[in-house]
Amino acid sequence: MQNSPALSPTFAEPHDADALVQVSGIGKRYRPDGPPVFSGVSFDIRPGEFVCLIGHSGCGKSSILNILSGLEQPSEGGVIMDGREITGPGLDRGVVFQGHALLPWLTALQNVTFAVRARHRHMPRHEIREKAEHYLAMVGLEAAMHKKPAELSGGMRQRVGIARAFCTQPRVLLMDEPFGALDALTRGMIQEELLKICAQTQQTVFMITHDVDEAIFLADRVLLMSNGPDARLAEDAYNPLPRSRTRETMHHEDGFYTFRNHLVDFLVRRSALAQKAATG
Amino acid sequence: MLSQENRLSFFLSFASLLGVLLIWQFSTLPQASRSPYGIPDGNAEYQRLMGRSAVASTVRSDFPTPGAFARNAIEVLHAPFHNNGPNDRGIGWQLGASLLRVMIGYGLATLVAVPLGFVFGLQPVIQKALNPFVQILRPISPLAWMPIALYTIRDAELCAIFVIFICSLWPILLNTAFGVASIRREWLNVIRTLEVRWPQRLFFVLLPAAAPTILTGMRIGLGVAWLAIVAAEMLVGSSGIGYFVWNQWNNLSLSNVILAVLLIGLAGMALDAALAFVQRSVRYAE
Repeated sequence: MQNSPALSPTFAEPHDADALVQVSGIGKRYRPDGPPVFSGVSFDIRPGEFVCLIGHSGCGKSSILNILSGLEQPSEGGVIMDGREITGPGLDRGVVFQGHALLPWLTALQNVTFAVRARHRHMPRHEIREKAEHYLAMVGLEAAMHKKPAELSGGMRQRVGIARAFCTQPRVLLMDEPFGALDALTRGMIQEELLKICAQTQQTVFMITHDVDEAIFLADRVLLMSNGPDARLAEDAYNPLPRSRTRETMHHEDGFYTFRNHLVDFLVRRSALAQKAATG
Repeated sequence: MLSQENRLSFFLSFASLLGVLLIWQFSTLPQASRSPYGIPDGNAEYQRLMGRSAVASTVRSDFPTPGAFARNAIEVLHAPFHNNGPNDRGIGWQLGASLLRVMIGYGLATLVAVPLGFVFGLQPVIQKALNPFVQILRPISPLAWMPIALYTIRDAELCAIFVIFICSLWPILLNTAFGVASIRREWLNVIRTLEVRWPQRLFFVLLPAAAPTILTGMRIGLGVAWLAIVAAEMLVGSSGIGYFVWNQWNNLSLSNVILAVLLIGLAGMALDAALAFVQRSVRYAE
């Protein structure tokens, strides 16, 4: 471990025994002669936990998520999930992509059915369809399930994307700025639905965002990245707000502003300082 | 109810057709016979020497008038499938022969080019390795292959099919390769994270994603094939619409030549429209 003393001491601790995902010292270098985008990133994700990763653009947030999903390989370090190293993409990790990434020639239902069939290869046709309809209903899309992505609004498309990721019942749900392209109203609604569904299904989630309020509302834990290049994981902050928080009343909770100011301060000032400390 | 714009465009296309027919009519009207030797018009002796009746003072062009063409066309199209030996077959029969050749040659080209295009699109190394050959072979006129084909294949019928095959192969191959190579990365990531198996990847994601581009290549290929078949049949002979055009030219039957030319155009349009229909059905909005 080559973390600088300025960083939170939690990284020195050994991995949690009951962690679902153990990320150990991963780094990514796109050019062998240049500096790494990020390095020495270690953290755990425990079952049922909702973890948000925040950082400025260019700090390698998406690369970290891609390494967890197996779409990219780390240049150093590794990720262990359920005691096995992640070497490639798999159905045990569901991904909600930044762009919705729906297949545009299929309807919403067919997009979800495609994923259900990939997960349950030998399930009878009508059961696959029922399952797909169930997950579309879960995100409130019963009425629009026969529409193609081009006929859906941005929020509805992202809902289909969420239904598609949930329907494979992954151990971990990985979300890459899923609401970045949505307007504030739609974003708030989908965030609430997502939180409800995650609570019902005890879903473990790892999500990337650059929206502090989104992170406070959704996450049990917020991971903060310092600025790139050679970004580090600077802080691992537990959300002090109770899990029963709602979007409307969240700002009345004790500690909301302290936590929010802490995160904003980090993004505005300390993310650059942490970088300076890390790179010497 | 036609919109204003549709009515106007319909009117304009009708007017231009009428204009062409009028020009045709006027330019094929009988003209006063003139002697290049200064002999007065209507000289009876000159007319007799020229093989005309002594009283004729006008000559008719060998190019048919629209009326003469129409009468001939109705007669020819009345029995399009008659067959009195290789030199007297109906025009429908000839057109059918050409279409059959194109279907076989083009079908074979599609069967080869689409899978090969997938290999090119999915394996950039193979594309890089074979691309120089494709680029050299692609601009060769299909007819330039003819002597080589005739010598090696030694069968006129197969030669014509080979020419169709070789000329429609390249546009289909290159468009398929391009379509497959430019499939959105996120769709490929989706099938990777869902651990979709290869047959399903191919038929449920790669093929539909690349289908519009493949169909573009197939339309270009079919257009080229239909251009090439007429020329090829003029060379190899014995049947087909190209052979018919050449045969009627030797008969100096310009009416039949014009009719055949029109039918070539109509058949080409119909072929393209059929593929355009298929293309619309596989198109998707992102």
